[in-house]
Order: sequence, then C-alpha cells, then structure tokens
Amino acid sequence: MRYNERELLSLARQPAEKAAEILMRVPKKGSVLKKRLVKLVVNFLFYFRTDEAEPIGALLLEHCRITKEEENVFSISFVEEPERKYCFECASEEQCQEWVEALKRASYEFMRRSLIFYRNEIQKMTGK
Amino acid sequence: MKLNERSLAFYATCDSPADNTGFLYKRGERHTAYHRRWFVLKGNMLFYFEERESREPVGVIVLEGCNVELCDSAENFAFAIRFSGAKCRTYVLAAESQAAMESWVKSLSRASFDYLRLVVRELEKQLEEVRWGPSGGYGGCQGPSGSWKLKSSVLEQSRERLLALPTVLPKENSCAVWNNTPGVCQPPNTSGCNECDDEGNPRPPPLPPRRRASSSEVGSSRASGAESLSTFCHLHEQYGQEVAQLRQNWLERKRGPQP
Repeated sequence: MRYNERELLSLARQPAEKAAEILMRVPKKGSVLKKRLVKLVVNFLFYFRTDEAEPIGALLLEHCRITKEEENVFSISFVEEPERKYCFECASEEQCQEWVEALKRASYEFMRRSLIFYRNEIQKMTGK
Repeated sequence: MKLNERSLAFYATCDSPADNTGFLYKRGERHTAYHRRWFVLKGNMLFYFEERESREPVGVIVLEGCNVELCDSAENFAFAIRFSGAKCRTYVLAAESQAAMESWVKSLSRASFDYLRLVVRELEKQLEEVRWGPSGGYGGCQGPSGSWKLKSSVLEQSRERLLALPTVLPKENSCAVWNNTPGVCQPPNTSGCNECDDEGNPRPPPLPPRRRASSSEVGSSRASGAESLSTFCHLHEQYGQEVAQLRQNWLERKRGPQP
C-alpha cells in the first residue's frame, strides 16, 4: 500500500503525547525484546532504534486492542488478528498503566466519541 | 519505515462508517495524468482504491499537517491537499461536480486528529463552564484566603468523590468505565478494545490527560472576577446541589441508555 512517507516521517518528529524508552517485541517468529524509543503522536505509535532519528516503524492505533499482560507488560493487537501481538515491557507497573491508559484514548474513534459525549452533556445541561 | 499495512487495509475496508466516500480524479506524482479512484475517508486517513469493489486500497494519504485548498487546474472541480515542509508533496484531486468538490474540501479540512482534538478541548471547556458557571458567575469567592482555600478544597473533594465512585463493570454490559483517578486498576474484564462496547454504545471517556494535573488550577482560575458569597452555608449548599446533580448524571450514565 502506498502512503505519504515523508509526511509521516515529519509527523514522527512532532512533539509527542508520550514518549519513552521501552522494551518492545514485534509479532514475528523468533523476535526478541529490544529497547526502543516509543513515541505516541496523534493516533500513531512510532518506534525508533534509540540512537536513530528516523522511526523503524509506525502503528496506526485504530481498531486495536490494548491489553495489560503480566507485570510491567502490555500488548497491542488489532481486531482482525488478535493473536498477533506487539509486546511492550515497561520499567515499572506505573509506567505500564500510564501507557495502557494513554493508548486506549489515542484513537481517532475515541476522540470522536469524546466529542459526542461532551456535546450530549452540554445539551443535557443547557437544553441546546 | 514499516507500517501495519494489514491492519490499515482492514480498517479501510471494514464496515465502520466512513466520513466521506466517492470517486475522485487523482493526479499522478510524476506523470500528470489523472486517474479515477474510489476514495474513502475514515478519520485522518484518506484511502484510495482502484475500483469501488477492490479488496485493498492502492494507497493512503495521512491527513495531518496539511491544508486543503482550491486550485487552478485545467481540470474542473479541482482541489489540493498541500503539506507544509520541504520536499513534501501536494496531492491534486478533482471531483465530478461542484457539490462533490465542496463536500470533499469540507470533510478533508476537518479530518485531522489535531483539529478534532481542538474541538473536543473547546467543548470540554464549555462543559466546565456550564457545570460550574463562567468566571463571572457565582463560582468564585473574594473572601479572605481562608474561605477561598475552603472552596477549592470542597471542589476537589467533591470531584474526587465522584471520580472514586465504584465503576465495576458487569461482564457483558455496555456500561462505561469513566474513572480518571490515577493508579486505580481497571477491572480485569474491561475490554482493552478502543472500539465501542459490546452494545455499540459510546463510552464516556475519562477527562483528557491535561485535566488530571491541573484540576486544582481549574479551581483557582474560577476565583478570578467572581462575585463573593457571603456565608459558608451558602457555599456548602451550592456545592452540595451540584454534587447531587453530577451524581445523578453519573448514575444515569451508569445505567446506560435503555434499548
């Protein structure tokens, strides 16, 4: 699939909602946990080798499932392939919880539901 | 750079509602011929397919950091998606009618995540004003600093009480999790899925991140320019009523909309 890579790379350089060095494992046979710089920008999760300016990859966080796994660990999978998990091992349980919360709220669809929610609330209280 | 292409393709073709769809002519990058493609806009992703029935998109344009503008072109009903930044591309598209062009320009202009976030934050501010009153209303206090501290701590406490109310989810239910308290664990059967709950009802979201750190600042900012309230009893009653109303709202939401 073609995509506007230059613009996406530019997006990866924008200020992040959240960024940290986290151990990450991709759902590929034989892959192991590797230290990555993980950066959340709008509804994308970019991941970089810690000494590189350009990301190795990006995950669009739509129709995905964020799951708390064992201690310090969470995973991201996508609804059409729930067994294929991107695993992340954090430095602490607290960091893990923060990332889970942030990622659950990161999708465009979630933002859209927030919009509907606030509109409804305002309407309820003002009748407008 | 790798992208989760399979998931992207699934997102493009699944039956989640699109913000706009239709045929558009897309000008090629190197060759200036226009190709007719089927376009699907979902959120900030503009997918394009060879045919309407194609199983997989030819490509996608991520719509962050761009401007949508009308453009001069030999082609009628043309418009452009222009990205800022060196070497960044401009996509020239053409619709098949004036109405289609206007509809696309409108939906593409509002498609970015950034824009949506701005709108949500604005609404959130409005909701705060509606709930607690604008700064010119009863919400503030110009009494001695002692009573001001009392007011802001009353606000804090009522907020925390509300947020700390139990949010245990029945297993198969559509009830939302709306718990903004940091460090509180989600019940184990909370779906981690970003999608709607099982019944397709919107989940009321937790307040956006910046609210957490600044909830006391919010209380403070309301002090400025407000009328003074004469007695503690008045204050107490005022907040008591609001807390009761908010709790009522919360209980209604917890019950969920009736089918």
